[in-house]
Amino acid sequence: MKTLTAIFFLLHVALFASATVIHVGKDFPVQQIQAAIRQAKNGDTVMVHGGWYKEGNLLIDKPLVLLGINRPVLDGQKKFEVVSIKADRVVLDGFRIQGSGYATLEDPCAIKVYDSNEVTLSNNILDDNFFGIYIQYGKNCIVKNNQILAYGTEEQQIGNGIHCWKSDSLQIIGNTISGHRDGIYFEFVSNSVIWRNCAHHNIRYGLHFMFSNDDAYITNIFRHNGAGVAVMFSKNVKMFDNLFEENWGDAAYGLLLKEINDSYIFGNRFVSNTSGIFMDGTNRVKVEKNVFENNGWGMKIQASCNDNEVVANNFLGNTFDISTNGTLVLNTFNGNYWDKYEGYDLDKNNIGDVPFHPLSIFSVIVENNPPAMLLFRSFIVTLLDKSEKLIPTLTPDNFIDKTPLMRSLEL
Amino acid sequence: MNRIVKFVVLDILKNRIVLVYTFILAVLSWSVFSLEDSSTKGLLSLLNIILLIVPLVSIIFTTIYLYNSAEFIELLLSQPIQRKKIWLSLFMGMSVSMLLAFVIGAGIPLLVYEASSVGLMMLGTGCLVSVVFVAIAFLSAIITRDKAKGIGISIMLWLFFALLYDGLILFLMFQLSDYPIEKAMVGISALNPISLARILILLHLDVSAMMGYTGAIFKDFFGTTAGLFVSFFLLILWVIVPFYISLLKFKKKDL
Amino acid sequence: MIDIRHISKNFGKFKVLDDINLTCSKGECIALIGPNGCGKTTLIKSILGIVLPSKGDIVFMGQNIANSFQYREHIGYMPQIGRYPDNMTIGQIIEMMKEIRKSSAPDEVLLHQFQLKTLFDKKMRTLSGGTTQKVSATLAFLFNPDVLILDEPTAGLDPLSADILKEKIIEEKQKGKLILITSHLLSELDDLITQLIYMQDGKIRFHKTIEALKRETGEEKISKSISMMLKSGRHE
Repeated sequence: MKTLTAIFFLLHVALFASATVIHVGKDFPVQQIQAAIRQAKNGDTVMVHGGWYKEGNLLIDKPLVLLGINRPVLDGQKKFEVVSIKADRVVLDGFRIQGSGYATLEDPCAIKVYDSNEVTLSNNILDDNFFGIYIQYGKNCIVKNNQILAYGTEEQQIGNGIHCWKSDSLQIIGNTISGHRDGIYFEFVSNSVIWRNCAHHNIRYGLHFMFSNDDAYITNIFRHNGAGVAVMFSKNVKMFDNLFEENWGDAAYGLLLKEINDSYIFGNRFVSNTSGIFMDGTNRVKVEKNVFENNGWGMKIQASCNDNEVVANNFLGNTFDISTNGTLVLNTFNGNYWDKYEGYDLDKNNIGDVPFHPLSIFSVIVENNPPAMLLFRSFIVTLLDKSEKLIPTLTPDNFIDKTPLMRSLEL
Repeated sequence: MNRIVKFVVLDILKNRIVLVYTFILAVLSWSVFSLEDSSTKGLLSLLNIILLIVPLVSIIFTTIYLYNSAEFIELLLSQPIQRKKIWLSLFMGMSVSMLLAFVIGAGIPLLVYEASSVGLMMLGTGCLVSVVFVAIAFLSAIITRDKAKGIGISIMLWLFFALLYDGLILFLMFQLSDYPIEKAMVGISALNPISLARILILLHLDVSAMMGYTGAIFKDFFGTTAGLFVSFFLLILWVIVPFYISLLKFKKKDL
Repeated sequence: MIDIRHISKNFGKFKVLDDINLTCSKGECIALIGPNGCGKTTLIKSILGIVLPSKGDIVFMGQNIANSFQYREHIGYMPQIGRYPDNMTIGQIIEMMKEIRKSSAPDEVLLHQFQLKTLFDKKMRTLSGGTTQKVSATLAFLFNPDVLILDEPTAGLDPLSADILKEKIIEEKQKGKLILITSHLLSELDDLITQLIYMQDGKIRFHKTIEALKRETGEEKISKSISMMLKSGRHE
């Protein structure tokens, strides 16, 4: 990271030959960051040396590079928005920013970016702020390798870790976010990528998508968030290689899809969630090569979902693999591995010769009558399930995987 | 008292039925764990063993043993020992033997393959279920002098607790599904030792689903440490109450 | 030594013992006889506390036995049919009894005479009826009790063993112990007993010393004198 920063710095030096470096610190002539910013010209670099800076709100209104040396602390004293960026091409790197104000109307942040392009926020530690990073009307901004932590206990009393609104072409990379309301929040954000972040122990969602199209989130870890990950009212979202783990609760999901169209869910792992994926009003989504392991429900597919394809996934050790609340099924299941499959394979082509019914009668009963869960795994229920498997009467008969695999896929 | 316990245990442990029971438990447990590709499936098979076979063998074997020991009990009664001590010694001897059979047969493979919270919970509830059904057998053996009738009562009790009870609850649940019956259901389930044992294991085995949307009632009751204590306390009550009633009857019984 | 006062026992509507009064004293050897189902065994079991009487008191060495168990230290009991846990060995049974009685100096005469030591490792399940009876007899005499209660002691024993047992009974009688025997085979008991109790329908028909019995009936044989008694009804 240090070399990258150095290259970046050198690039700036090369581009703006006239750029100068201003040092800030108690051993230097300039003691205040705000003063240095006032002195600096566009493209200058401000090197802030280690120390405790309580300057209220710090406004960066020209393209500058601010580098923290020995992790200087910017303290908002629980009163101010700590850093406001209102210029393009600002770089903010290596700071510790803490104690932003607290207000429900103004959403004070550690760092807020207003209508700016090509802003880079990297290697900062954001500790105990209301909002962490807030980008509105940003474009081509990079948020990278920040550690964002807060200690919220209730949804209303804490903001989001990384909050992006009406922005485009953002890159959110390698950040760790915990203790906020939503780890990462996207609303009206398009053409953006979220890559290699870890959002854990946030109060509501690890990642929350609203009205954000043509985005991708890849190789992230979402663990033990209040309700998992929610992707809502969006289309063309690509969800690859993420891990959704330990999202427990009565409205908790590994991944909640609501009003999602034309998206692709590939190579993810859903482990130990109440529901791996919950689909509502979801159309033309392909779910491929994912692993559903030790979830209460592998997938819950509401009757409002059409034309979704569930292909080549592993279902391992889930209490229920699939459940639904309707009787009409317009989704297809093909070539998955179900560990509950008890069929045979006479022609040894690794595809079971009898179709698999992933919907157990008891999951239907529980759907309509939740306290029935109390009877799960009792003799009477096992009997009920076995007889339903032999002669399906209550479960939709087209709810089948005609080509179930005999061995699990190596995913 | 432990003078008699020692000899009763020595006698029962050499009993062919107990040896076969231990052996079958061992074969089943080792095979379900080594044959199934995931230990979850092994646990599920073992769950059925604990919920069906363990109570059945415990109750039937104990009943038969008690009837066969009638003359031996008479002999003990002619010795300077309190009636209470004789009955308690028999109970202890019986329980220790069934526990040993269960722990050796099912407990060891369980600990080898699945030394997790699920495994430990299964071991604990399996032990308790064994003793509960020994206690129930003591009650059904003291109710009637007739051996055939006594064994009949035992089998009926097993059928009721292991199979019928949950069916009745399911039926009730459908009949009353329009009412808020969650709490009542938890209460009613807790009144059957087998259901109680099953739910305790379920909470660990299907933790993801149990914490799901029915989770509230489960968590409130079974999920908390207090609930766990209450559950185990109820199971222990299922040992104490039937045994105590049988003890009262034994004190007044003519042999 | 044993005082039985107004004992009654019902099994359901059936009256097994009907207001029985009986006193047995030291040094006596009392035969308790009567037809099947007359209440002999129930009476014995009442004394042992195995059956709890519906009414009345039993006083043993001056102490009421109700809710008491310590008095049984002084009793050796040999049941009619001995059955022991299948898989215990003779050795274990004897060891267990010793532990229960906490006895340090047991009387092992019968153990030797019946040659049970060689069978110590045999399981009870594998023993013949006769051998089981020998074990029962040995246990009854093992702790040198003051009172011996023997329910059909010679039934199932071979003549040789029956003789050994008889000798032992005489020996104990001479030591001044109270011995209660129930039996059908009267002739065997002729030379042992000092008193005779005849029971019928839960009542004692008569209780006499042998001398009185023989004197009253003028018969030499006990069996004959009993039938004389029953026919004449003189006991009434």
